[in-house]
Amino acid sequence: MTTTRHESEERHEAAPALLEVDDLEVRFPVYGSGLLRRVVGHVHAVSGVSLRLAERETLGVVGESGCGKSTTGRAILQLVKPTAGSVRYRGEELTSMSSAGLQRVRREAGIVFQDPYASLNPKLPVNDIIAEPLKVHRRWRDGGPERVAELLRLVGLSPEHGNRYPHEFSGGQRQRVGIARALALEPRLLVLDEPVSALDVSVQAGVVNLLEDLQERLGLSYVFIAHDLSVVRHISDRVAVMYLGRVVETGTREQVYESPSHPYTQALLSAAPWPDPRQERVRERIVLTGDVPSPVNPPSGCRFRTRCWKAQEVCAEQTPELTDRGNGHPVACHFPD
Amino acid sequence: MTQSFDMPLPSESAPAEATGGEASVTTGTESVHTAKTLAESKPPTDEEVLRVENLSVDFPTDDGVVKAVRDVSYSLREREVLSIVGESGSGKSVSSMAVMGLLPRSARISGRVLYRGQDLLAMREKDRRSLRGRKISMIFQDPMTALNPVHTVGDQLAEAVLAHSLVPPRQARERAREMLDLVGIPQAAQRLRNYPHEFSGGMRQRVMIAMAIINNPDVIIADEPTTALDVTVQAQILEKLLEVKDAVNAAILLITHDLGVVAGLAHRVLVMYAGTPVEVGETDDVFYRTRMPYTAGLLGSIPSMTSSHGERLRPIQGTPPSLINLPSGCPFAPRCPLADATCRSSEPPLAPAYNPGEGGRRSEGQEDTDRYTEHLTACHHWERLASVEDPTTFFRNGGQNP
Ligand SMILES: Nc1ncnc2c1ncn2[C@@H]1O[C@H](COP(=O)(O)OP(=O)(O)OP(=O)(O)O)[C@@H](O)[C@H]1O
Ligand SMILES: Nc1ncnc2c1ncn2[C@@H]1O[C@H](COP(=O)(O)OP(=O)(O)OP(=O)(O)O)[C@@H](O)[C@H]1O
Ligand code: SF4
Ligand code: SF4
Ligand SMILES: [Mg+2]
Ligand SMILES: [Mg+2]
Repeated sequence: MTTTRHESEERHEAAPALLEVDDLEVRFPVYGSGLLRRVVGHVHAVSGVSLRLAERETLGVVGESGCGKSTTGRAILQLVKPTAGSVRYRGEELTSMSSAGLQRVRREAGIVFQDPYASLNPKLPVNDIIAEPLKVHRRWRDGGPERVAELLRLVGLSPEHGNRYPHEFSGGQRQRVGIARALALEPRLLVLDEPVSALDVSVQAGVVNLLEDLQERLGLSYVFIAHDLSVVRHISDRVAVMYLGRVVETGTREQVYESPSHPYTQALLSAAPWPDPRQERVRERIVLTGDVPSPVNPPSGCRFRTRCWKAQEVCAEQTPELTDRGNGHPVACHFPD
Repeated sequence: MTQSFDMPLPSESAPAEATGGEASVTTGTESVHTAKTLAESKPPTDEEVLRVENLSVDFPTDDGVVKAVRDVSYSLREREVLSIVGESGSGKSVSSMAVMGLLPRSARISGRVLYRGQDLLAMREKDRRSLRGRKISMIFQDPMTALNPVHTVGDQLAEAVLAHSLVPPRQARERAREMLDLVGIPQAAQRLRNYPHEFSGGMRQRVMIAMAIINNPDVIIADEPTTALDVTVQAQILEKLLEVKDAVNAAILLITHDLGVVAGLAHRVLVMYAGTPVEVGETDDVFYRTRMPYTAGLLGSIPSMTSSHGERLRPIQGTPPSLINLPSGCPFAPRCPLADATCRSSEPPLAPAYNPGEGGRRSEGQEDTDRYTEHLTACHHWERLASVEDPTTFFRNGGQNP
């Protein structure tokens, strides 16, 4: 395990990235209240996000809820159309690809959705849900049923669960069904949107171990979106912190967790709860106040300035770019630590 | 405009200078403040608001009867936070849906659910419906299952008010805006016109919370209320829940698997496994004087914020038992490092985790307060856990005493 990690760090420098996202932008129209529901503005869900993912690497993505993590994940796989920017998977541009081409790419690049209930067809038993990608991509004939049973086992469900419908499962069980389905085609790249957030800590530990094993065995790469900072710290090689549609800090796990430089990252790490009642009772925790700004009218300059305790005038005037200060740990702040 | 509500609005309990900025957690102008903790919130009173007795739920299915909940009992006092934790699929949601009367028709429910002495399960549907949503409200795990995708968020919030009180729609709408503001949704007035899918996962969850507190409930059942939120918003929401609890003297039943959240927020903890409570006690007792191997296994599988990278996590080996064919004996036995023949043949009852007469923790005639301080475990061998410093080590050394 340690050796593959090490290799992956070297490869990050040398090999071409498996996934390259540049200046990705996604906007959603906002409608007025009149009968015609005219477009009166846009939600700037993702505003210029750039990411790199090397093979066998895990990129953790954390950030404020509503900051565009899921939208970024979906836009990578072209499940929502980016408004601008480029997404290259193994050098191929996806934003302009034909739907036949995309179907081919989706065989190797899958997604586990955040909301397991909304993303599983309620009318199908779980066996059929997991079989669906196998059928769509013509892999059902060679040992389909066995493969489904194996996938259920892999995520810690028993074959008896296969005949049940999504509403007959607990939240955590549904999330595992989503993971099993995504693994059905043996992908090379997985976008995991909150894959363990509905799981109890023991099952969560099992799924994290499973993802790590698969990565080692099959050379998978992950974009791992999550709120649980200790899980992200555990699984990620590199971490990107997002705030209101932008990446505000990125670096290796150690850089981000041990020397967080953006005020938002600092607040985030400070707010993470610890499973220790005595400590939790006395711990000083930064709680951000002020309104979470609207992505329809994001603040000028630095988008975090309305809640930042270090904000100066310049923060309202100039947008801080994500700049590397020579240590491979870029931060978008005029006054980074 | 809020006089028609018989209880104070949560925001009214805050100092009056909160004018335009009710949305923020504090009324100060500082952009950073230190979070309020459970210790700073008002303590529970002795007034029992909810008592669940011997609740069981079965689901008949084609493969057999799923015993989803078996013999769950607990009490909740005003202003108390009781947390339910446990294996995914252990019956946490189903047991609270039973309290709310929200289970599908196929469910077979037994036991009693007493809200201020009235048995909800024996009540007529009409009466129960009037309590539900008003006096007992719920924040669901999957917000999309509770929000209607074809109605705007504002309509749904206003509808929740109108369902229980005779106020002009305009006022209900204003109340809706206020609640959205309260849970920290920016530009609440505009956002009322949005549909649920136009919100992020976290914002939908905040809408759910707004919906749950809009009628000043006595009991708030929160099923994974912050799972979809980032930790800074989570901290805000949890603080908000504590404020709401104190403002309307609500009790909170908090279902979560985030043991960090439990540590910071719960007075007491109930641990479930395979549909039944296996350890119950005050938060410190459960965390520091763990008396049930399953709880120890849970605590041992948390990734730490300080462990070095590449270290494997330590999930509890094996999978939970089938709820259709429960093994005889202790349901945790197939995965327990301490299991022996006794464990495999008889299911341990939930009983005090101290020997009779032991520990000066309680005296005669204290039974009522005892219910809120006692430490119970369902394990034949809890004394072995009591005898070691760190019970999680049993999971690493095959059940040997360290
Ligand atoms: N289909 C849509 N139409 C309009 N707005 C949308 C749509 N989908 C997302 N948004 C908006 O885009 C922004 C980003 O949403 P997204 O779901 O990507 O956030 P997120 O970072 O995944 O949040 P969370 O952590 O809460 O899941 C939000 O403001 C959301 O309301
Ligand atoms: N309608 C149903 N029919 C059959 N079985 C059901 C039904 N609803 C729930 N179950 C089963 O009942 C058990 C308890 O489910 P519940 O949703 O209470 O779990 P939970 O403890 O809330 O888990 P999680 O932490 O994953 O949300 C599960 O094993 C589930 O599969
Ligand atoms: S640029 Fe200014 S407002 Fe933005 S994070 Fe840095 S100090 Fe704060
Ligand atoms: S009763 Fe036996 S099997 Fe069950 S938890 Fe206790 S020691 Fe383990
Ligand atoms: Mg999301
Ligand atoms: Mg649940």
